[in-house]
Amino acid sequence: MSRATAPSRLGRALRPGLRGVSVGLLTALFLAPFYLMLRNALMDSTALTSPHWVWWPAHLRWGNFAALFTDPTLHLGRSLANSLLIAGITAPVSTLLASAAGYAFARIPVPGRGLLLGLVVATLMIPGSVTFVPTFVVVGSLGGVNTLWGVIAPGLFNPFAVLLFRNFYLGLPTEIEEAGRLDGLGWLGLYRRLALPSSGPLLASLGALAFIDSWNAFLWPLVIGQDPSAWTAQIALSTFLTAQTVNLPGLFAGAVVTIAPLVAMFLIAQRYIVEGITSSGLKG
Amino acid sequence: MTAAPTVGTGPTAAPAVRKRADLRTWSAFALLTAPMLLGLGLFKYLAIGWSFLLSLSDAHGSIALGHWVGLANYRQLLADPAFRRSLGQILLFTAVVVPVTFAASLGLALLVHRVRRGRAVVRTAFLVPTAVSYVAASLLWKMCLFNGLPAGIANTLGGWFKMAAVPWLQTTSPPLYWIVLITLRLWLQVGFYLVLFLAGLQQIPRELYEAAALDGAGGLRLLRRITLPMLRGTSVAVLMLQLIAAFQAFDEFYNLFDSGLSGTAAAPVQTPLVYLYSTAMGAQNYGLGSAGAFLLTGLIVGATLIQGRVTGFGKAAR
Repeated sequence: MSRATAPSRLGRALRPGLRGVSVGLLTALFLAPFYLMLRNALMDSTALTSPHWVWWPAHLRWGNFAALFTDPTLHLGRSLANSLLIAGITAPVSTLLASAAGYAFARIPVPGRGLLLGLVVATLMIPGSVTFVPTFVVVGSLGGVNTLWGVIAPGLFNPFAVLLFRNFYLGLPTEIEEAGRLDGLGWLGLYRRLALPSSGPLLASLGALAFIDSWNAFLWPLVIGQDPSAWTAQIALSTFLTAQTVNLPGLFAGAVVTIAPLVAMFLIAQRYIVEGITSSGLKG
Repeated sequence: MTAAPTVGTGPTAAPAVRKRADLRTWSAFALLTAPMLLGLGLFKYLAIGWSFLLSLSDAHGSIALGHWVGLANYRQLLADPAFRRSLGQILLFTAVVVPVTFAASLGLALLVHRVRRGRAVVRTAFLVPTAVSYVAASLLWKMCLFNGLPAGIANTLGGWFKMAAVPWLQTTSPPLYWIVLITLRLWLQVGFYLVLFLAGLQQIPRELYEAAALDGAGGLRLLRRITLPMLRGTSVAVLMLQLIAAFQAFDEFYNLFDSGLSGTAAAPVQTPLVYLYSTAMGAQNYGLGSAGAFLLTGLIVGATLIQGRVTGFGKAAR
């Protein structure tokens, strides 16, 4: 008995140390790309391609960033502004629309509501990015090609968020609503004054996730916004990447510029994002 | 309950008031759900219905319904070696990338779960890459980590082990470009699934481990007998999400291989979405593109249903 446990006790003593080292190494490995991106963005191109390894450039070339915004073929300023506008509209609007529908499906008893909810949920069966051809057909026929609303509109309707909000509002205590009704609130008042404020954390987490998804979206903006006036930051970066340029530091500076706002927001909203991921799970 | 004001009024007044109240309930419901229902009706139901009709017609350069051709588009696609190859390649990609991401995120979660000091920092480090776009990550992987230059990171590391510098993305036999694709996806996705697994791990009652430890079970036995069975629900959900995500791969393939619109022949792999993009957007063949979208949707829904049956998703949900 004691002979059998001896090696495992030794193993148990060793394991925490080993675990600490491997976690540390993996953490460094996962953060390394960020460091490389920033380092490359601040180097000059000859240093970048020389076989001599440079940990950190002696002269930081901040001018690489300025050059991006003055490059007329890149449309980076315009593209970043577009992305900010698109994600800035999509995040709050899509979350509010889902919350309103979720509340109605959870609380307002009308005949046929189960069927309507079924129609909403059924759209979850169709994989998101496969629908780009059908969506292009509709947005195109409405005149949305190369427009910002054409990029934004299809992303405003999130059936999965409806489901999450419905589940949340189903769990809301009825006593609160009865008190509100005694104060003379109708359905809309109950939603706006009581239900909506109570779902703050869910709004924040789904809003943050929608912002990230919208900022990083690539296929749909590529399909609908071929013209530089409707480019998003991702499209500008991709065009830069596939244009066979030799301006490597510029490329990395461009990548830094497109991910910096999101990483900053991510670090601020991290608590909500983690909450959102764990509560939903089903967000590809 | 909406008829509360009618209490105490005469029986003749009641139906009229009730009807008004119902109308108010109805209009509130309609107001709150209309934007969502109209949006989904337009961008899902109408779009898919129209696209289905397009898939049965000859629609070149126009999204108006053209000449009716029946199943010709479907037949043409299935006869096209490029499309068939793209289906085979996405199946292979899924078969490789899903188990690897699953194992990596589960392993990492088990590792991170036990970390006592600085867990928040460690979790953040793994989670931050999930905020990075595939475009930016592809750029980094293609131009920095796995560029063909001797000074590239991968080649420098290989050099320490006396390996010659290789062009990672261009090397098709052995298919080294797979390493680029898989590591990129791991970096971007592991943090997301890690959080799901961590949440699952936190829900396992401690008493289970304590009881098992009293019985003398340790290490691997605990993992196999308690942790993995208790994570079953999470695992099935993660598997399904990864499956769908793998089937929809587009961004990294487009950006790593310069394929998409031009030079598709140079790309060693093409996913169905890349094929569809060049068919629908490049060649403007919306009929063929629509047919491809339906075939791919069928494949994804089918694979998800099979996975659900095999892993017992229904049971887990119950």
